[in-house]
Amino acid sequence: MLDNWQFIAIFVLFAPLIPGAAIGANWLLSPKKPNRIKQETYECGVEAVGSSWIQFKVQYYIYALVFVVFDIEAVFLFPIAAAYGLLGAFAVVEIVLFVLILVAALAYTWGDGSLEWV
Amino acid sequence: MDFQPPIINLLIVAPLLITMGAGLFLMLLNIFCKRDGVYYWLTLAAIAAALVQNVAMWGHEYGTFIARGSYPMVVSDNFSVFLNSILLLSGIGTLLISRNYLHRTKLERPEFYMLMLFSLSGMMMMGMANDLILVFVALELLSIPLYIMAGLAVSRDDSKESAMKYFLLGAFSSGIFVYGIALIYGATGATALPAVYAVLEAGSPLAMAGTAFLMVGFAFKIGAVPFHMWTPDVYEGAPTVVTAFMSVGAKVAGFAALLRVFTVALPAMSDAWMGALALIAALTLIIGNVVALMQTNIKRMLGYSSIAHAGYLLIGVAAAGQHSEAVGSVLLYMLAYLFTTMGAFGVVIALEHKLGEGIMLEDYKGLAKRNPWLSAAMLVFMLSLTGVPPTGGFSGKFYIFRSAVEANLWWLAIIAIMTSVVSGYYYLRVVFYMYMFDGDRTEPVYAGTALKTGLLIALVGTLWLGFFPAGWFELAYKAVIGTTQLLAGG
Repeated sequence: MLDNWQFIAIFVLFAPLIPGAAIGANWLLSPKKPNRIKQETYECGVEAVGSSWIQFKVQYYIYALVFVVFDIEAVFLFPIAAAYGLLGAFAVVEIVLFVLILVAALAYTWGDGSLEWV
Repeated sequence: MDFQPPIINLLIVAPLLITMGAGLFLMLLNIFCKRDGVYYWLTLAAIAAALVQNVAMWGHEYGTFIARGSYPMVVSDNFSVFLNSILLLSGIGTLLISRNYLHRTKLERPEFYMLMLFSLSGMMMMGMANDLILVFVALELLSIPLYIMAGLAVSRDDSKESAMKYFLLGAFSSGIFVYGIALIYGATGATALPAVYAVLEAGSPLAMAGTAFLMVGFAFKIGAVPFHMWTPDVYEGAPTVVTAFMSVGAKVAGFAALLRVFTVALPAMSDAWMGALALIAALTLIIGNVVALMQTNIKRMLGYSSIAHAGYLLIGVAAAGQHSEAVGSVLLYMLAYLFTTMGAFGVVIALEHKLGEGIMLEDYKGLAKRNPWLSAAMLVFMLSLTGVPPTGGFSGKFYIFRSAVEANLWWLAIIAIMTSVVSGYYYLRVVFYMYMFDGDRTEPVYAGTALKTGLLIALVGTLWLGFFPAGWFELAYKAVIGTTQLLAGG
């Protein structure tokens, strides 16, 4: 038990060191020639325009919610698929029920008109 | 390794399946059918069917979802049947008092019925869950629909505020609750309640911290001081029918899981949690009752009153650390609380002619002349909330105080009696307003058929419990024996 904790302690000590060393070496060795474009928040070639504090369309939110539900569904499907040989018919019934419930939710969302982009 | 599927008997969870299935069915129906009456009757039928199935399981002890070599995840015994009956009755009560209200305030949407069915399923699972993980799942299933229901009046800011506050604090308390489960698991290596009981040693610091976190999580849900801050705001902002459902359903379900977890899994720690719960109960009683004195909004007043009643119920839970009969007194009190609170909210709803109007104490002036029946009903409910014989509230308090005295919690019983006297001031003020003053409005108040039926049931229940409590206490006591046997049998 304690040994495992010691490993964690070693990790906590060493984990920041490695990226720290890389970034530190970069900072020490690189030539410094700052200009305006390099100082941008996102230095990717395209100039950032305007403020990031704008209002997003609320419909993105509904899509995100529906997405999360099916994302979680995938998380549940993968272990069942991996252990399928072991679990057999029982798991199939369980997961089909689970997916059907989610399909009902999707049908509701669809029928509600929330999936139409306006 | 060979996998064997768990033993599953779906008949045991049939009441849950009925409400949950009906909720899913309504979701699909929503695509084709937009007539509100259909949803109302289907929901009523589903809850009634679940109630019948639930009562049919009285007198038996079942376990289901049993993995090999493990304890059942879900159990059904007299305890859960009794509580589920209270919860299903609160569902029926909410439906009856909501019928005209939702129509009048243009809040009637199929979503109300679906969410109510889902929440009801979660509530029932709270009393049946025999595993901490499942208690958590039930807690979320109960809460999430309630968060949405609190914000049902989307056009009103106070409803949105109510939903947001309830959601944020509810999510926070769920986090604390899960932390408690994790700590208990760390101390015992188990989440099944009987397994925790078998392994747990008194005085383990991890388990002690876990118990404390679980207690905080439950105290949030049942609205006990000092975790009650959300209650008045949420109760005031939510549509009144949702407030009624919340104040009975969510509270009873919270106590159901609290009782089962603490008496089945954690009796080894009873010395610790008994004292803590007694202290919380005392604070809840004092703060709930004293702050209620200053309220001018009836929904807010009933919010503080529900905090105070959580205090009375907590006395019983604390006493259950000493002797299990105390659980019976908690169950009886819940039954009385169900009828009385549902009835009181029914009258509030009858007076709320427009959304958010007619809910001040001032509006009760002269009610006796506007509708004598309604004010007579309110008189009975207010007397019952105060605890005046011969009403259900008195019987409930009587048994609770008796169990407190038997558990040597004299000081708590004395505080409870004193705060009961204090509570008389604000409950009877409503009666005083109804009968002694003339209000600005004189037109009669009408109650619809559904509301009248609901009020009649609440009235009969309150008085029946008041006049003949012995039979009901016997029943509540029988409900407890099942749980204690479960405890011994493992």
